[in-house]
Amino acid sequence: MAHFAKPVEGSWTEHYPELGTSTVNYEDSISPEFYELERKAIFGRTWLNVGRVEEVPRTGNYFTKELQCAGTSVIIVRDRDGEVRGFHNICRHRGNKLVWNDYPHEETRGTCRQFTCKYHGWRYDLDGALAFVQQESEFFDLDKSDFGLVPVQTEVWEGFVFVNLDPDNTMSVRDYLGVLGAGVEGYPFGEMTQVYKYRANVGSNWKLFIDAFAEFYHAPVLHARQAIGEESLKLQGYGYEALSYGIEGPHGMVSSWGGMSPPKDPSMVKPIERVLRSGLFGPWDRPDIDGLDNLPEGVNPARHPAWGIDSFVFFPNFMLLIWAPGWYLTYHYWPTSYNTHIFEGTLYFVPPKNATERLRQELAAVTFKEFALQDGNTLEATQSMIESRVVTQFPLNDQEILLRHLHQTARAYVADHSQTTIPVDLRARQ
Amino acid sequence: MTTSLPPDFADLEPYSQWCLATEADRYAKRLASTMEEMQAFYDAAFPRLEEVLRYLDRLELDALPEDAGRLLMLCYSLINVSFPVEVWRQARVPDSGAASMDAVIEPAV
Repeated sequence: MAHFAKPVEGSWTEHYPELGTSTVNYEDSISPEFYELERKAIFGRTWLNVGRVEEVPRTGNYFTKELQCAGTSVIIVRDRDGEVRGFHNICRHRGNKLVWNDYPHEETRGTCRQFTCKYHGWRYDLDGALAFVQQESEFFDLDKSDFGLVPVQTEVWEGFVFVNLDPDNTMSVRDYLGVLGAGVEGYPFGEMTQVYKYRANVGSNWKLFIDAFAEFYHAPVLHARQAIGEESLKLQGYGYEALSYGIEGPHGMVSSWGGMSPPKDPSMVKPIERVLRSGLFGPWDRPDIDGLDNLPEGVNPARHPAWGIDSFVFFPNFMLLIWAPGWYLTYHYWPTSYNTHIFEGTLYFVPPKNATERLRQELAAVTFKEFALQDGNTLEATQSMIESRVVTQFPLNDQEILLRHLHQTARAYVADHSQTTIPVDLRARQ
Repeated sequence: MTTSLPPDFADLEPYSQWCLATEADRYAKRLASTMEEMQAFYDAAFPRLEEVLRYLDRLELDALPEDAGRLLMLCYSLINVSFPVEVWRQARVPDSGAASMDAVIEPAV
């Protein structure tokens, strides 16, 4: 029985006829050759979220981001004009990685007036200009203005810093994020600066972990033991249905109910959740800030009173989760090979005013980790068996529509890139 | 000595080894502890939690005295062990196998 209304076509999936309803093949998640194509066709050409502006609040603040999926490393820095800029992390002299600490492959952050290469001491201003060459007179007709850092297209949307590694890209990040992105503009992300970030190496294709977080069909089963006794059985019997789904271009979203914050029946949650008034869905009491009463129209688009959380899948690898109790969460999936990736989950809260608020956030963060550990490990089990190719066609239900769309989008990008070198109007494709 | 908890919570002093500053340390101690050890800590600390909140909320979060700061860290550990004690009945997350997840950014206090 349907608990929430579906589109007139009878299902969310059929509302988007280009998706089809047939079984799905996961060759795109188990093929090393396909992954090599994805690196160029997807990660080398789309806008990638690499951080937040709060990470570089002042002039000279910088961080590096390893983008193994695109075969590079970038530096994000706030320059003297207050602009957030991005550069490939490579010295123009002989190609040494410019910014790193102790371990060349690890990300780093800090503050500086200029970037100085560890190798021969070449120095670059925050705008990328080559400022100093060691023993400059030994070089032959060296014009320093020809050897600035290689810029990367860098744009900020709602405080999220994005890079696009395609120098020929002509679409702004705002246009790229399209209708779904525009719908969340104005949410008070900038007020939520208390950060918990987790990172894990996961033994699965990057898309398979997005699959896990883009459907809640699994939640009553895989996480059954996180609810108490009878409540767990009740949740399984009820199953899962979203309030609504949205698909626009390469991106998708699912809007979901959230009966656990606060729970209707307190006996259904852990004792410490009852005392602290917090849990997986975050602290039960909303922070007292502007911007949470009149949510942007793309948040809880159905304006449903039982709304609990919206999950946006911004292609390719950035998920944004906005929770009814006034906090948000991001997921990033950074491929390192066809069957491994680095997962990052980052929780953002309004800074706590006292110890109770601090502990509520701690409980939400720790609960997130407990869930994510279960999810991540299950993915390794999925990857290994899909790779067996014993079964190659898998049925997806209506609550798994975003998975169907994600894999279809990845295949379309790869196909487009293989067929033509002309940039495709991504929004026009659908 | 400076490692003590506030006098009102001297009864929790036997569990002061749970006053750990980072999530990595707290999670590592959880994995290294027996269920009996975590149950004992939980049974002593959980009934005092509301009292602890009242005590700590009277203080400035950004300027906690050292003993209050340690009490707060003890609460972080109580949250961490609440999973084995209240639901998992084991130290590790069920079905998490060899998977691990590191806290790479967490609040300073």
